[in-house]
Amino acid sequence: MRFFLESKRHILLALVIYAALRLLFSLGIVSEYIEQVVIYVFIVILAATGLNVIYGYTGQFSLGHAAFYGIGAYTSAYLAKTSGLESIFFFPATILAGGLMAALVAYVIGIPILRLRDDFLGIATLGFGILVRVFFDNSDRISEVLGGSRGFTGIVKLTNLETAFFVTVFLLLVTRNLITSRYGLFWRCIKEDETASASIGINTARMKLMAFVYGCFLAGVAGALYAHLYTFLHPSNFDFLRSIDFLIIVILGGMGNIAGTIYAGFIWVGFIEGLRIALPGNILDLRWVFIPLLLIALMMWRPYGLMTKKKG
Amino acid sequence: MEQASYILSQVINGLQLGAVYALIALGYTMVYGILRLINFAHGDIFMLGAFIAYFLLSRFGMPIYLVFLATMAVTALAGYLMEKIAYKPLRNAPKISLLITAVGVSLFLEYFCSLKAVFTPDYIAFPRPFEVETYNFSLGGLEFSFTNIQVLIFAITFSALVLLYLLIYRTKQGKAMRAVSYDRETAALMGINIDNTVSLTFMVGAALAGMGGILYAMAYPQINVFMGIMPGIKSFIAAVLGGIGIIHGAVIGGLIVGTSEVIVSAFLSSTYRDGVIFIILLIVLLVKPSGIFGKRIDKV
Repeated sequence: MRFFLESKRHILLALVIYAALRLLFSLGIVSEYIEQVVIYVFIVILAATGLNVIYGYTGQFSLGHAAFYGIGAYTSAYLAKTSGLESIFFFPATILAGGLMAALVAYVIGIPILRLRDDFLGIATLGFGILVRVFFDNSDRISEVLGGSRGFTGIVKLTNLETAFFVTVFLLLVTRNLITSRYGLFWRCIKEDETASASIGINTARMKLMAFVYGCFLAGVAGALYAHLYTFLHPSNFDFLRSIDFLIIVILGGMGNIAGTIYAGFIWVGFIEGLRIALPGNILDLRWVFIPLLLIALMMWRPYGLMTKKKG
Repeated sequence: MEQASYILSQVINGLQLGAVYALIALGYTMVYGILRLINFAHGDIFMLGAFIAYFLLSRFGMPIYLVFLATMAVTALAGYLMEKIAYKPLRNAPKISLLITAVGVSLFLEYFCSLKAVFTPDYIAFPRPFEVETYNFSLGGLEFSFTNIQVLIFAITFSALVLLYLLIYRTKQGKAMRAVSYDRETAALMGINIDNTVSLTFMVGAALAGMGGILYAMAYPQINVFMGIMPGIKSFIAAVLGGIGIIHGAVIGGLIVGTSEVIVSAFLSSTYRDGVIFIILLIVLLVKPSGIFGKRIDKV
């Protein structure tokens, strides 16, 4: 109860946004394609928030976030398909399963690799990401359903505006509360100076692992929503570039800034998808020439994120 | 005995691939040493090298030694421009912005080159400048063979390593590089021109990657604008394996990565080959985070 009372303002704001979007969708003002993109934005924001907890707040560099997103997606889709729980009533359970699976893998892999720091941790997580990609590519050897490199087909479409929106808002509120809690304080402390944190008695290994597991849990939940939105999964959806996508959103939003991640998610996905609509068909190829140029320009203009002018 | 011969021939093939990785890894390790930047666009310079060589060979029919020189000059120029335009303005920005910029440069090079008006996104057959010849040897029942391309790759990688050693440890410029990588601010105070030193590092690294691109295309004669992504990542892994910033570490790391990749493809399945390299990386990082030849450091 206290949880809801304390975040009254945010919940109200979220409800207003939801009502506006619902109205827009129901009246048929926007096309189904845009609807899907808007839902996708919420999913991306959720996953990026997970990375923000790991990197932005706790300072643990990860280049393999998409692997956990993929683990969540595959787990929940596999569970829904093989157990026959393909209805909206069991959807929360499969979403949770996706998140928990990602968290479990993060726990197992996190114990050894979180001893590494900075770029070395980045390379180790990048390596883990590619390992997971190889696993997805060969997954048809384990179960035909998973599809391997042909892709996982025939997932029921269960994600709609309601599920994506409310799951994301709820978890963002939880994240905000976690960040302002004791644990969040420890996380931010570790980011500033790990040695000093250890010297004042913070169990840094445990706290880093906790942030990593929680961040990956969010990615897993987002992946589960993603799987039931697009109804088709392919290993290439969860490769290195997807991890970079999340990283770009975190950096553009400003490290350790939840609101920034939300704005940046909208701006980044909106820009990429917007170009697809705005550009005429004959120069659509140029889309991926513009996007990197814009990215480079943004980094030069605001190296500390879109919302921060100077070193914050 | 037949089994042993087969293993040996696979190891030779692996070393051939590893030698190319080593050439790319040298550039990675130099740039990382001097700027602490994982230059993701380095793999695309490698791709650029293969394409430039393709045009020089197929359109102009240049002799092979000129192709090497011209390609290395163009890729060195590309490396120079990349550093001046994209990385230099961010030298005092957070490292992560620089990394994102490097990914941006990499994507730009890939997709710009894949435009129909540039190199097209298709696979293109690379014309070999000379016929492949195979030399067979037999040593106490153990049979193995070399191709002339393999000999060329080993010779070039080895001479590149020697020349790089001479550059870094026997010249004034090399001393400047080592100084900048050790402590940039103090090096600047001692009168070393940081900008020139960084530019030189990028140019040397890019020239080596361009050379790697030609050799790779000769060994596996099919080129594509996205061919640099995986070799790029694997070469960086190789540099980390050997100990980042250490020249001979990059070469040994490259050979390890190439050999294990080919061995796994030959004996398990080619779909597992990318996975195995990362398992090796994870093990090495956990046992010795600074890499095989890295000095023991407390903070990595």
